Formats: sequence, C-alpha cells, structure tokens
Amino acid sequence: MKVRVKFRKNGAMRYIGHLDVMRYFQKAMRRADIPAAFSKGFSPHMIMSFANPLGVGLTSDGEYFDMELTEPIPSKQAIVQINKAMVEGMEVTEFVQIAEEKKATGMAIVAGADYLSSLKKGALPADWKDQVDPFLAQEQILIVKKTKRSEKEVDIRPMIYRMEVRGDAVFMQVATGSVENLKPGLVVEAFCSYLGIEKESVSFAHHRLELYADGGGDGKRKLVPLAALGNEIL
Amino acid sequence: MRKLALSDDVLMAVEKPERYIGNEVNSVMKNLDEIDIRFAMCFPDVYEIGMSHLGIQILYDMFNRREDTWCERVYSPWLDLDKIMREQKIPLFTLESQDPVRSVDFLGITIQYEMCYTNILQVLDLSGIPLHAKDRSMEDPFVIGGGPCVYNPEPLAEFFDIFYIGEGETVYDELLDAYKEWKQSGKTRVEFLELAAQIEGLYVPMFYDAFYNEDGTLAAFTPNNVHARETIRKQMVLDVTEAVYPQAPVVPFIKVTQDRVVLEIQRGCIRGCRFCQAGMLYRPTRERDVEKLKGYARNMLKNTGHEEISLSSLSSSDYSQLEELVNFLIDEFQGQAINISLPSLRIDAFSLDVMSKVQDVRKGSLTFAPEAGSQRMRNVINKGLTEEEILEGAGRAFEGGWNKVKLYFMLGLPSETEEDMKEIARLSDRIARRYYEIPKEQRNGKCQITASSSFFIPKPFTPFQWATMYPAEEYIRRACIVKHEFQDQLNRKSLKYNWHEADVTPLEGVFARGDRRVGTVIEKAYELGCLYDAWSESFDNEKWLQAFAETNVDMDFYIMRKRELDELFPWDFIDIGVTKAFLKREWNNAMAGTVTKNCREQCSGCGAGTFGGGVCIEGKS
Repeated sequence: MKVRVKFRKNGAMRYIGHLDVMRYFQKAMRRADIPAAFSKGFSPHMIMSFANPLGVGLTSDGEYFDMELTEPIPSKQAIVQINKAMVEGMEVTEFVQIAEEKKATGMAIVAGADYLSSLKKGALPADWKDQVDPFLAQEQILIVKKTKRSEKEVDIRPMIYRMEVRGDAVFMQVATGSVENLKPGLVVEAFCSYLGIEKESVSFAHHRLELYADGGGDGKRKLVPLAALGNEIL
Repeated sequence: MRKLALSDDVLMAVEKPERYIGNEVNSVMKNLDEIDIRFAMCFPDVYEIGMSHLGIQILYDMFNRREDTWCERVYSPWLDLDKIMREQKIPLFTLESQDPVRSVDFLGITIQYEMCYTNILQVLDLSGIPLHAKDRSMEDPFVIGGGPCVYNPEPLAEFFDIFYIGEGETVYDELLDAYKEWKQSGKTRVEFLELAAQIEGLYVPMFYDAFYNEDGTLAAFTPNNVHARETIRKQMVLDVTEAVYPQAPVVPFIKVTQDRVVLEIQRGCIRGCRFCQAGMLYRPTRERDVEKLKGYARNMLKNTGHEEISLSSLSSSDYSQLEELVNFLIDEFQGQAINISLPSLRIDAFSLDVMSKVQDVRKGSLTFAPEAGSQRMRNVINKGLTEEEILEGAGRAFEGGWNKVKLYFMLGLPSETEEDMKEIARLSDRIARRYYEIPKEQRNGKCQITASSSFFIPKPFTPFQWATMYPAEEYIRRACIVKHEFQDQLNRKSLKYNWHEADVTPLEGVFARGDRRVGTVIEKAYELGCLYDAWSESFDNEKWLQAFAETNVDMDFYIMRKRELDELFPWDFIDIGVTKAFLKREWNNAMAGTVTKNCREQCSGCGAGTFGGGVCIEGKS
C-alpha cells in the first residue's frame, strides 16, 4: 500500500540538502519500525518519492514524500513511532493512505505552494505593506531568468496566485511543480525592484507552509493540500 | 531551538553546511549545570572522514556514559570555512553545544596519519589555543593526542600537553577523576600534568629532554621531572568482549566515507607482516565473543537505521568464529534489505561462497593484497601468501563468475630489485592467464585486473624501522619500470596499473620516524599555508620544501640515512610489549628471506605475551 507522509523541517535542519533528507528518512523509517517496502536486487532501497524538493536554507511546515508499505500501520501509531526517531527540527505531522496508481504520487501532481517570506537583514521602505496590492495589480511582472546558457525575460505574474501581508511577513501562493515553478526568492526580488530598493541590500527567510495538488478539472484551478488526497489509516 | 556558531550567511556560503551544525541522530546533548568535565574529541580532517572513524565513536560513547562528562566532536573546517573563520575571527566550535573549543577542559585529537599534522595546528590555531604546550594558560584546555601516530609522538611533542599511548578504553577514567580533584585544588597546570604523568600509558612530552650526538642521532632521552616515567607502557584492553562498544553511534546527515554499522570483530593481527605497523602495535590479537557481536549487530542496526553492516579487523579471515558470524548476518538481516560488507577476507572456498551471497558476482570485484610481485619479496615482507595460493584463489573466483580483480602492491620495499618490481606485472598477467584458461563459453567476457601500488614507508615498531627510503624521483622511476613491464605482458589489454603520487612519500617518511626537531618544519609549513596535506588538491610540495629549507631541517637525514641496529630511536621510550630484540631478529630474517610463522602456528616470542592475553594464551587456560 502507498502512504503519504507530511513533515516539518525547521531550525538547523534547513541546511540539510534534499538528497540527505531522503537518506535521513530512509534510516528513520528503519529506526521507527515502519513496514517499508524495498526494491529487489543486490542493493535494495526503500521505495520513496519526494514532492518538490525544498532548497537548502528554507524552512517548511509542508514537506511531503510518498512511500510504499508492505503492510498497513495505523496513522496515529506511525506518527508517534516516526517522531520518536526524529531529531530536533524534524517532525512528521500526517501519515495517510493514498491511491495506488502511479500518476497520484507526490512528484507528478504538485501544482502550488504557500510561502511566508520575512525580512532577515536590511530595511524596506516604511510603506511597503501598502505596496503589495499595487505590485500584484500589475498586468505583467517581468523578471530576468538566468539559465546556464541564456538569460530571458519571464512574466511571473500568472504564477503568483495570491500575495498578501501577514504580520511583518509576506504570504504568497505560487505555481510549483514540474509544469510551472516559481521560487519565493524571485517574487521577493521582483517586489524589491518594484519598491525601488537594491535586492542586495536586503535578505529574506522563506518558510514553506503547504504544498498543493490541482484538484480542479476543466482548466479551473482548485488547489488541494497533498495530504488531503489521502485517508487516515485506522 | 539550538543555537548555531555560524551565521546563516556563513552557512549558506560554504559547501555542505551540514558538516558544521551537529544535531545528528544519536549525538549527545547534556546540561552544562549537571556536568563537571567537557571533552572535545577531534579528528583533524574534514567531517566525512572524521565521522567514519570507529575509535572516536567508541570514545564518544565511553565518555558520555560518565554522568559528570560531556564529550563533543570537532573536525577540521574545510578550506572554504577555514578562510571565512580567519577573516571574520570566528573561533572553532564543537558540534554539539556549538561553544568555542577553547572553553572545554580537554581537547583530544586522534592522529591517524602523518599528513594531517598541519590540520592539528589549524584546529589549535582556529580555537585560539597557543600552538605550543608551554605557552598555554589556565584558560586553555589540556590538549591530548592519541591514535597510531602517537607511537612516535616526537614530531608533535611541542604541540601537545599529553599523549595517550595505546587503546583509549583503559586509563581515561583515572585521568578524568584526577582532573576533577585537581580542578578543585586550585593547583597549577604543571601540577595537573604531573598527576597525569604518573598514570600508566600517559606521556607528558614537556617532562622529557632529548640529547643528540654530533652526527644528529639521538644520544639520550631522559625525564626532567621526578613524576615522569622512564618508559611509557602501551595501554591495551585485555578482554575486548567486555570493553565498551557504542550501541547507538552517531548517524551523519551527509554521506560519509563509512556510512554503515561497523562491527569490530577483533583487535590485532596474527600475521606479522614486517612492513605493517598495526600488526605490531596491536599485539596480541584479541577476539570479541561472537554472541556478543550478534547482539551488537542487532542493536546498532536498530538504533542507527543504517542499510549496511561491515566487519572491521586487520584480517577478518583469521577470526575464529567468522563462519558463524557471517551466516548469522546473512540469515538475520538479508531479508531486511541490509547490505553485508566483508572486507579483508582471504580468498578461499568459504569467502567466495559468502561473497556470492552478498554481492552481485557479475558486477562486483574481488580484492587480493599480495603486496609484492615476487615470491622472494613476499618472503622478505613475511606476507604468508604463496603464488600457488594467489592463483588458486583467483581461479576459484573466476570459476565462481567473477571477472574483476583488484590487486594491491607496494613499491620501494627493502632489498627490492628490478626483477621484483617487474614481477608485479608478470603476476598480474599470470592471474589473467588463469582466467583465460576457462573455456570461452563458460566465462563472462574479458577479465579486468587492476593492479595498484603504493610506496612503502618504514614505520616505528616494525621490523622495517631500520629501512632506508628513496628520493621522490626514485619512486617514480620504479613505478615506470612496473608500468613498462605491464605493457609487455601477453594480456596487457586486460590489465590496468595505477600508482600513488610520490611527492608525499618522503614527507610521510620524515614524520613517521622523525624526532622533536621535525616539529619546527610542521609549524613553518603551516605558517606558509600548508593545510589538508592528505588531499591531493590542497597538498603543496613546494611549500613543504620551502619549510624544510627555512628551518634548516635535513629531510635526507630522516629518510636516506642508514640506521645502525643499535641506534637509539626517538620512540624507544615507548614499550609496546613487542621488543626491539624481536624486531631486530625479524629485520635479519627479512634480509635473509626467512619466513616467520604466524601467532597461531607458532609463537615467535615477540614480547607481547607479557600482557598475558589474547592469542598468546589461547588454549592454555
């Protein structure tokens, strides 16, 4: 059976790279006695797939991976067992059964993410909170995207689904996944240039809140948290 | 939330920030109010190397079992962070508490190879601890060295307060208890060192003076403090089964060199190869009880979540319960998708049988270490392995489906002739011929024989401690002779030959058998910017040569000079059990090409019997 695991990654754990997070959970599942399934052959590995890797330096309350089990284990029990095997900064919050078909796995279906970006260093203009709405009201938000070979201008406005002030931070919901992917750093950079400040003069901490799949049909977007596509194992 | 010593900006600027944040599974946190002693345990190389070292895991566990002690870890910051720490004056910190190293009571440094010596100075320097023991104050920790290199600690004598000679499990409790008492007494630093000097196995270098003859050789080595012992007896755990062993070792986030559970099945080696320092230092051979090891395997796999378990010893095939242990590991863990890795096995019917169960024969390779190409040379080094045995082992392996073989050799061994060098290529070819004797339809394509050679470096406490070395060019010349001979072989297309770089060889030779005067070269080289000398990308031979020139230390004195049999060596004040008389006898046997039997076949009276344990008393109780 397939399950989806949601976890938090905070504090010093933000420096653990994506591949090492995978290694970490493979070992954690063994320590926690979770009945994980393995591939065949001389060097078997746990069958695990991660949704949209988080960049090094970012924290998150909404990370996901899917894994295969050899037998069911109640969700509540699994969460307790896994959390006993965690280190400070890593915490599993959900453990749900998901559909068996391949196209349902985390990697393929990610469509959006929520982020909270807060100022870490430098200063913004006093009225920056009033500038968020006009910034979003622009028809186009052009940024220069650098790839290894070329630089091209991209309009990121369609990829920003929501953006608003939350306390002293900026909340945003952006396109994420294999079709379209927008990093929160780029949005903040564009916002800074809209505010007329040098992007080097400030730095932000980005915190991911949630990852979504697109549950809507017929071209209408309807974002559903990845965990909501599964069911608790009783 | 734990604090971090490095800012977010620094951590985001360096390669692999995971090296510096601690917080790994099974790392130990303690409350400062509840402990009396802080011990920082350091491996002076990058995290991935240091974290792979079993000895530190054992001592980390042992210290942290004491309620009054908190042992933390320190590794060398990589070159990128090293630069930032110097620029921003960030002091070196321990991984657990992230506190400055200088604030702890003891800094223990394990010294595993000579080319880490500048990294030791880096660790002291970045910590803000004076490089010289004599310049340290009450604000500084006591700096203790341990590990195989301290069997000749003299090149590092100036930099350490104490050297712990031998296995760490024996007298640390005594030292820590003495420290607690001293700390309350308000006595001086030197007074604590006097207490330490009275504990067996502990060497306080500042309590000794070295005197030299006109020709530069050592004339005398004597204590200058009444509390210092004339000789320092190596520390050894007699009953390894009852010794502490970590049941929950630290699990790193990043992939380290040894990313698996390591089960140390025995200490020491019965073989007596004459080049091998470990084989002499860790005598007598002591086995761990197999039932105990089974329990350790279960616990450690459960507590770490590792996907692999490996046996560790100098020669696993000599472990008397090997078959039982390996069968247990396969039966118990293979179903749980645990890889089993079996290094240092002799190639025989049993090992090929188990290897075929734990690895993919078509992809895997087998390793032989004949060490020398000719039978004559193998007799000189006392490698108890005949050509028939090598070819038979290879033949069995080929018939079992393997077609990749790795061969390890040494070049520059004492009395080596051109013929001996060429035999490396010829032996490799004869192994390939053995493969092609198998009918074509039964074999698995071509075979791949990869031979590698390293350059031999004479080490203290081995029968070869009297051997002369060569300049770097001569090592290269010898490697070229072997290379050309490979090109002349019938099966040259199935053969591959690699050799190690030679620049570092003379340096290692100097440090291995150096005396106190060599310390100034190490310090000068460090000042000139030498660091991570064990890494070819950062090793800078020119700077080292400059350091020798500027300090007027003659490299050739240490490596090219013929040592007389009665010369007093800088390390002779250490008693490892094995006697100098035995080593002399073995040197003479080597020169005569006479083979000495292994400890189980016949006792050769090496002197380790005085410990009264291990293989020396097997079957006698």
